[in-house]
Amino acid sequence: MRKVTFPHMGTSVFIFSDLIRDLGNEPIVPLQPNKKILDLGVRYAPEFACLPFKVLLGSYLEAMERGAEVVVTSGGNGPCRAGHYGEVAQKILDSNGYKIEILVFDSVFRNPFQFIRKLNYLNKAKLSYWSIAQLIRFYWRKLQALDKLERCTHKVRPRALNKGITTKVFKQGIEWIQQSRNLGEIEEAEQQGLLALKNIPQDPDRMIIRIGIVGEIYVLLEPAVNHEIEEILGNLGAEVDRSIYLSGWAHDNTFGHKKDSLHYARPYLGTAIGGHAQEGIGHTIMYAQNGFDGVIQLAPFTCIPEIVVKTIAPRITKDYGIPILTFFLDEQTGRAGMQTRLEAFTDMLKRKKRQPLKVVGGEKYARVFGN
Amino acid sequence: MEKTKIGIPRAFFYYIYYPAWRTYFESLGCEVITSPPTTKEIIDLGVENALAEACVPVKIFFGHVQKIKDKVDYLFIPRVMSMNGKTSYCPKFLGLPDMIRSAIPNLSRLIDITIDLRKDPLTFHKAAVKVAKDLGHTAWEGLRAFHKAAHIHKDYMALLHKGVFPNNAIQGFFSENAGKTEFAYNDFIENKGSKQTPLRLAVLGYPYTVYDSFVNVNLLEKLKGMEVEVVTMEMMDPQILKKQRNKTVKRIFWTFSEMASRTAYHFFENSKDIDGIVHVTAFGCGPDFIVDKLMEIEAKNKHSRVPFMSLAVDEHTGEVGMMTRIEAFCEMVRRKKEAVI
Ligand code: SF4
Ligand code: SF4
Repeated sequence: MRKVTFPHMGTSVFIFSDLIRDLGNEPIVPLQPNKKILDLGVRYAPEFACLPFKVLLGSYLEAMERGAEVVVTSGGNGPCRAGHYGEVAQKILDSNGYKIEILVFDSVFRNPFQFIRKLNYLNKAKLSYWSIAQLIRFYWRKLQALDKLERCTHKVRPRALNKGITTKVFKQGIEWIQQSRNLGEIEEAEQQGLLALKNIPQDPDRMIIRIGIVGEIYVLLEPAVNHEIEEILGNLGAEVDRSIYLSGWAHDNTFGHKKDSLHYARPYLGTAIGGHAQEGIGHTIMYAQNGFDGVIQLAPFTCIPEIVVKTIAPRITKDYGIPILTFFLDEQTGRAGMQTRLEAFTDMLKRKKRQPLKVVGGEKYARVFGN
Repeated sequence: MEKTKIGIPRAFFYYIYYPAWRTYFESLGCEVITSPPTTKEIIDLGVENALAEACVPVKIFFGHVQKIKDKVDYLFIPRVMSMNGKTSYCPKFLGLPDMIRSAIPNLSRLIDITIDLRKDPLTFHKAAVKVAKDLGHTAWEGLRAFHKAAHIHKDYMALLHKGVFPNNAIQGFFSENAGKTEFAYNDFIENKGSKQTPLRLAVLGYPYTVYDSFVNVNLLEKLKGMEVEVVTMEMMDPQILKKQRNKTVKRIFWTFSEMASRTAYHFFENSKDIDGIVHVTAFGCGPDFIVDKLMEIEAKNKHSRVPFMSLAVDEHTGEVGMMTRIEAFCEMVRRKKEAVI
């Protein structure tokens, strides 16, 4: 059987590996990014490559040690770099004498024929398109269930009496979802999971601050890369809301939906510049309007769109009075340093919440014409 | 009535579009003010206002804006999305007006018109009319100014293709006795009694790093002093570059990056025409990790006959270190060439 691997993205791993198996391949399940993977990536990737690229390259190399022959990954149309990831990774691996094929799936609408050709190539089990559609629907539902549970943990964790319990229950829920064999069972697993999370003993009187997390999709979705920031924050008494979920993201990209956030972002960043820059700005404003206490921006070091966002961030803070803390993550970022900065940030937000400061409106910037 | 003053920072698009932009505004009766060539002071101004994580060209741009913002009525920082209807630019370009507006306090007014040939085939005309109207002129005057500018742009590009460096060409266009001056060509340095083997190097990179002699610590001058003829990507015939379009599976998203990589592919294929390739890039440049790696792999794999070096610059690049690297590279290339002859 053909051995196929794919990028590791948070908790979604088992879903993709099941899908690949159902199509008649042997999945080589990617490991959670660890030191070894990072070292491999850093060794072969160019120095200025963005962190996601290094991690992905490293995990392909690691999977190859376990026999992977094909990588399935998603593409993109720029204008940011991610759209070129596949090709560059392929060339780097080729030139170092590795034999692996990187299969990049771009949006169906970009090139339908190519999409179908690649799909046929993966479809070793010779399933009909109808069954493939069914399969995708099934796993899609799993992804949604997963994201729902995760959202719920963000609410429960800061209020839980016992610190580690939320993560444990969440893992249990993931297992239930994994084991369900049809849509009905997924539904049930989801309900059970949500119930179990809600039944965790909580302290209703605890002072909770609310923090929104925005930024680049990969570092947002991969806890191993962002040092489980959501968990750290939860344990520090912050309820977090993440601006991007895999089920939401994949939807927006494959079917071309526009988010409301773009509307808010436009006065600050007039156009899409790649990555999730406009979404990040729009969500920051939406968080501010919905009474969140602060926003954290997560970005890979040298990430172009996020550098633009960070340059604009002070103006949002001025206009909306919302504090924004930025982390540029690279292979040297340590968990301890992050923890310290997060503690300071949450302390500041809590103090502010106890005695709200009056926010002075931002000065208006001269802007006459153009568009 | 006093003339309206329009500021065009000497950075980024300056090296390609300044003659056209200046012509446009001048035919609308405005006075165009540009910042002086980059200096230490300008970089420092930029470093103050730009993000530490940003690449040096962005910092330089910020510095140039700082330098002229109080001397002008309007700053011309258009949002250039696509000039050829196909490829775009680095995301930092696309967000440039927004970054400037957020990061630099007390800005004079911005003209941040969007130009996107992918969305609208008439985008140039519309932009020209809109800006003219906003400046209090008629649509007709805007169009006339645009046509003049387009004309100048064509002449300017022709000069660049012939081998004139942008700074010289711009000087030639706008100096006192314009039209009469001879353009200083980057002529092949004749082997006038010199004992050295003449070299021909392709110096690839974005115009704002290759032609900004402050940021690349006088790279072009130094090469000239070492009797090296320099070819830049602006000198390449677009038709020749087009032949390289199938070298990447997906078309490279960014206009300048695509030009650089196509030029490199062209010379890898025609290795007789060139002795070596130098890729000038900025530390932390986003698109360049892709472009540079593609070039490097290509140089290593099949075409090892063309020596390749990549030179990264930033605000701390020292004269000495740079010189050493260039000399070593030229030395190596020269020895190789002599061995073949
Ligand atoms: S969005 Fe950031 S991380 Fe993603 S490709 Fe672009 S620069 Fe890299
Ligand atoms: S292309 Fe590179 S050097 Fe130019 S602005 Fe973008 S990141 Fe900076």
